[in-house]
Amino acid sequence: MGLRRQIRVGSQWMYADEAHRALREALRVMDDEHGEHGGHHQSWIRRYVFSTDHKWIGIQYGFTALCFLLLGFCLMILMRLQLGWPGQPFGVMKLLGATRAPGGILLPEAYNQLGAMHGTIMIFLGIVPLAVGAFGNYLVPLQIGAPDMAFPKLNMASYWCYLPGGLIMLASFLAPGGTAQSGWTSYPPLSVIASQGQTWWLIGMVFLITSSLLGSVNFIVTIVQLRAKGLSYMRFPFFVHAQFVTSFLLLLAFPPLEAAAVLQLMDRVAGTSFFLPSGLVVSGQVLTNAGGGNPLLWQHLFWFLAHPEVYVLILPAMGIVAEIIANGTRKPLWGYKSMVFATVFLGFMSFVVWAHHMFLTGMGTTISAFFQTTTMIISIPSVIILSSLFISLWGGSIRFTTPMLFALAFLPMFGIGGLTGLPLGLAAADIHLHDTYYVIGHFHYVVAPGTIFAMFAGIYYWFPKATGRKLNEFWGRVHFWISFVCINGIFFPMFAQGLAGVSRRLYDGGMQYQHAKQIAAQTNPFMSICAIGLLAAQVPFIFNFFYNAIAAAFGHRDEGLGSNPWGATTMEWAATTSPPLAHGNFEVLPVVYRGPYEYSVPGSEVDFIPQHQPTAIEPAPRGGLLPEKAVAMREN
Amino acid sequence: MDAHASVGHAELEIPYNVHPRPDTGVYNAKLGIWLFLASEVMLFGALFSSLILLRTGADSWPRGYDMLNVPLATFNTFILILSSVTVVMAWSHLRLGNLLKGRIYISVTILCALIFLVNKGFEYSHEFREGRFPKTNNFLAIYFTMTGLHGLHILGGVIVFLYFLGPGAKMWAHDPERYTNRIEVVGLYWHFVDLVWIFLFPILYLM
Amino acid sequence: MEKFLAQFMPVDASEHGPALDRLSANVHWLMLVLFVAWGLYFLFVLWRFNAKRNAKASYHGVQSHFSSYAEAGVAVVEVILLVGFSIPMWSAWTHPPSAASNPLEIRVVAEQFAWNVQYPGPDGIFGKRDVKLVTSSNPLGIDLNDPHAKDDIVTLNDLHLEVNRPVIIHVTSKDVIHSFKLPVMRVETDAIPGMEIAIHFTPKMTNESGTENDKWEIACAQLCGLGHYRMRGQMFVHSKDSFRKWLAAAPPAQTSIGS
Ligand code: HEA
Ligand code: HEA
Ligand code: CUA
Ligand SMILES: [Cu+2]
Repeated sequence: MGLRRQIRVGSQWMYADEAHRALREALRVMDDEHGEHGGHHQSWIRRYVFSTDHKWIGIQYGFTALCFLLLGFCLMILMRLQLGWPGQPFGVMKLLGATRAPGGILLPEAYNQLGAMHGTIMIFLGIVPLAVGAFGNYLVPLQIGAPDMAFPKLNMASYWCYLPGGLIMLASFLAPGGTAQSGWTSYPPLSVIASQGQTWWLIGMVFLITSSLLGSVNFIVTIVQLRAKGLSYMRFPFFVHAQFVTSFLLLLAFPPLEAAAVLQLMDRVAGTSFFLPSGLVVSGQVLTNAGGGNPLLWQHLFWFLAHPEVYVLILPAMGIVAEIIANGTRKPLWGYKSMVFATVFLGFMSFVVWAHHMFLTGMGTTISAFFQTTTMIISIPSVIILSSLFISLWGGSIRFTTPMLFALAFLPMFGIGGLTGLPLGLAAADIHLHDTYYVIGHFHYVVAPGTIFAMFAGIYYWFPKATGRKLNEFWGRVHFWISFVCINGIFFPMFAQGLAGVSRRLYDGGMQYQHAKQIAAQTNPFMSICAIGLLAAQVPFIFNFFYNAIAAAFGHRDEGLGSNPWGATTMEWAATTSPPLAHGNFEVLPVVYRGPYEYSVPGSEVDFIPQHQPTAIEPAPRGGLLPEKAVAMREN
Repeated sequence: MDAHASVGHAELEIPYNVHPRPDTGVYNAKLGIWLFLASEVMLFGALFSSLILLRTGADSWPRGYDMLNVPLATFNTFILILSSVTVVMAWSHLRLGNLLKGRIYISVTILCALIFLVNKGFEYSHEFREGRFPKTNNFLAIYFTMTGLHGLHILGGVIVFLYFLGPGAKMWAHDPERYTNRIEVVGLYWHFVDLVWIFLFPILYLM
Repeated sequence: MEKFLAQFMPVDASEHGPALDRLSANVHWLMLVLFVAWGLYFLFVLWRFNAKRNAKASYHGVQSHFSSYAEAGVAVVEVILLVGFSIPMWSAWTHPPSAASNPLEIRVVAEQFAWNVQYPGPDGIFGKRDVKLVTSSNPLGIDLNDPHAKDDIVTLNDLHLEVNRPVIIHVTSKDVIHSFKLPVMRVETDAIPGMEIAIHFTPKMTNESGTENDKWEIACAQLCGLGHYRMRGQMFVHSKDSFRKWLAAAPPAQTSIGS
């Protein structure tokens, strides 16, 4: 355990954190005596439902997003059951109702519904709200030494757009004809002629987009305006940079999707033909719409969002991993500056690669050359970031705590996912791989053992900050190792399937096709078993999480954990443990004196010097003793 | 900020809410509205790009002046430009400390916006009576979508102005500077909405 | 590497296929080298700098610029793959063969959930199509009043090609977006309503042996509705003679639709 700062209160020496606690208690008593104006007298609703405190909003976001993540995973388990054992009845499928799974046998249209919703839920309702809404909200103001977000009410509104958006998505399962079933990409004309659920999906998206826009404006203003004194851009923790760039991506990439969603809504509701060319014949019937539209218009608008969106999924994850690696190796990040520039560059470039998802839509040589080139260029900053993280390990003193395990595993897993993006980015190689399981494998390696592992790392790492309790290490390891093995068991065989040419979104995993049925039969059951194993591996985590969260809610803290259990340098640890809600973050706004990762500074007795600590090397005694006692001991 | 200020009060004091931060030169809401407008540029930019793509891909494209009411739209353009001026007037009077004149100019702005909307309503109902609906052809589809979305932006602005004219103006009593800032921020939004119209008008009606 | 990957991949029966596979193999070499190199480094570091073995971390860490060279190396290899292989290959892929090579022209029209194949017939010209004429026996809406149409040959889920003869396929769709994929030919393109995309390739192998491995297929690679998973067609590559025989035996549109 690191050093605890001491301060003089009146004539007495006290530990700083204890002094803070005492001060807080005194103020609370004062407030109670003075009556109304104290924050404690906010109504329960204002405090816990329509809270404007970024920490509580972060927790709301986090909890909601985790629930959606679990739901998205459960939908996938149903799909994996079908893929592993096509056409077999399963008792759990009956949960979907007789219209979707009569007798427990999943129908093709239901498979498509699950697929579209899995993708949508995971991306828009799971990872983005978790990575940005939860981690970003909770940590960014603390890490930059701000009392809250710049616009607390907007922050609340952002959550309250997200939740209804999510609920509309869920409710769409009840729509006649079921929920959206045209993939998360919702390509028209299929999506335009699809059943009503697609309209709900579009409306849900409009809510989610609004939520993201409110959030991103708030983040950028907060980071630019509320930085603590002394916190220049190059002193930001890497996580803040990641969130900063992410916010710009959300801000500028989402509106085109909003426009696209409006146009598709018009096509569905007002009978326009933005995406419908003339002369469509659907099941033998000539469509009577005016025609003259262009289905590729949707794809351009969609991917203009969705490519930056994938970096929205990965940048916060990289930020979390960078924080934890610096802390767990006890040394500064190597190449911090180049990482920052790489991130900014990545953000810029992500707006000009979108059409690499559309190589096979009749693209000419010039345009394809442009997008192939930008795609190769954008891989370079990722290589730089990842190389820097790898090199940061050299010379470290690596502690294999649970957060570190997840953060370390992120590196090779993201590596596999990123590397397999390269053949996809070369248009000629993409001809054979487009829309196969190779693509599925590629992006799941980045988002599942990549981003999700980073999220787990972050949860284990900052749980003590939010609750004052540490998650159990043993069960953390169990969670990690089983997840690690199973998740590779699911996704690695996908590359073999993809090379074999097995298309994605196949109800039976390819059993109809000559070129696919052999490999599908060989690998799919194994992958599905691994998926079930992965689900099982989440049980210890969920228990660990709820047990400790509930205990903390009842006021049981880990005594002796202190306010900085990992001996970290960044400013979120300068606030008291689990800062009280709706009270601002710091007793006194901190001032920043140095860069974010001053670990193992030569000549320093302790192996970390917090950003906000005035003097680099504190003359205070070690071993957690108060001066009087230290003196007494020396005299003995 | 002293310890008690941050702990004791329910309404948390956010730095640079009213006064600009010295090194960035703006107060929070001003930066916020600029960012929001950047996202709006992307929104309308996407729609304008869609229009161009549809139009260049179309075999034939109706001309706006053949079916739309150009004089009325020209009048509307002037009305909106006028309202942009009155919003600036409102703000400058507030800066001079004159709430009454500020309110008058806000009212004129609202009036202009309402005239615009009423005219738009006439135009729409005329089109409908002529049997011209969004689904008739892609020109009308994009016309109704874009002007409709723009109309919603106007309506949003009206609601915000009404708020600041009525209940929002209470802030003047204890924090006039902040109130003035708010009018400045809505004003920026309002200019943007006008600007969108200034693009929409020639592209839809005249080209 | 090529052999290693080939063990998962379907047979490669087209002229351009091997080059495409080689590109894939080369990228996978790059990926493998990076993965193995960084992977070994990673494992070593985890062992060497474990807190038990290295109690005190070094503030400065690595001082060399090795990683910049590695990054530059990756960039160089990517440029080579891009400029040397991928872009030229794409250029070849988008430029149809000249008329001198006597290409076989075919039109493929996708619909939920089948592949309609249209041959221009002896006159070499596709007949007119009109959506108003679409019926169940005339799924393409071929206009029999057009003299070019009468001799056209229309098949369902049945594509016949001639070995060593370039083929140009015009791909489009009647309803939603599909994707026309011939895994053994390393060919794929989206079938988009309102657009006709021409692709071309030259089959190099026949599949007339009738064995299980010789069953070649058209796959649909783009989600197109509930029947997407079974939207499948067959493909036969004939020798010159047997292709001629097949053509002669196939009923022209006049008889197949007229009935
Ligand atoms: C977080 C998400 C994420 C990320 C980061 C990426 C990153 C990349 N993606 Fe991916 N991609 C998706 C999510 C993501 N992608 C999704 C969701 C889809 C499918 C959407 C759909 O169709 O539904 C997709 C699809 C997709 C396609 C379309 C494929 C197709 O449909 O045919 C392409 C094509 O170019 C592509 C390319 C790339 C490239 C070049 C990168 C590069 O940025 C990667 C750069 C990274 C590296 C090059 C790794 C560097 C690592 C090292 C140097 C160290 C290695 C060491 C060890 C492993 C130990 N992606
Ligand atoms: C962020 C995005 C994301 C994530 C994380 C995942 C995660 C997973 N995905 Fe998915 N997937 C997509 C995005 C994502 N997916 C998309 C976009 C598609 C394409 C859809 C389309 O075709 O349109 C797709 C498609 C897709 C397919 C292909 C289907 C098809 O083409 O027919 C498959 C097949 O196996 C699959 C599997 C999985 C599995 C096994 C996981 C697992 O890794 C899941 C792991 C999940 C967890 C480990 C949950 C953790 C949560 C908790 C433990 C909660 C705890 C709760 C509390 C504490 C309250 N996914
Ligand atoms: Cu047709 Cu999938
Ligand atoms: Cu992409």
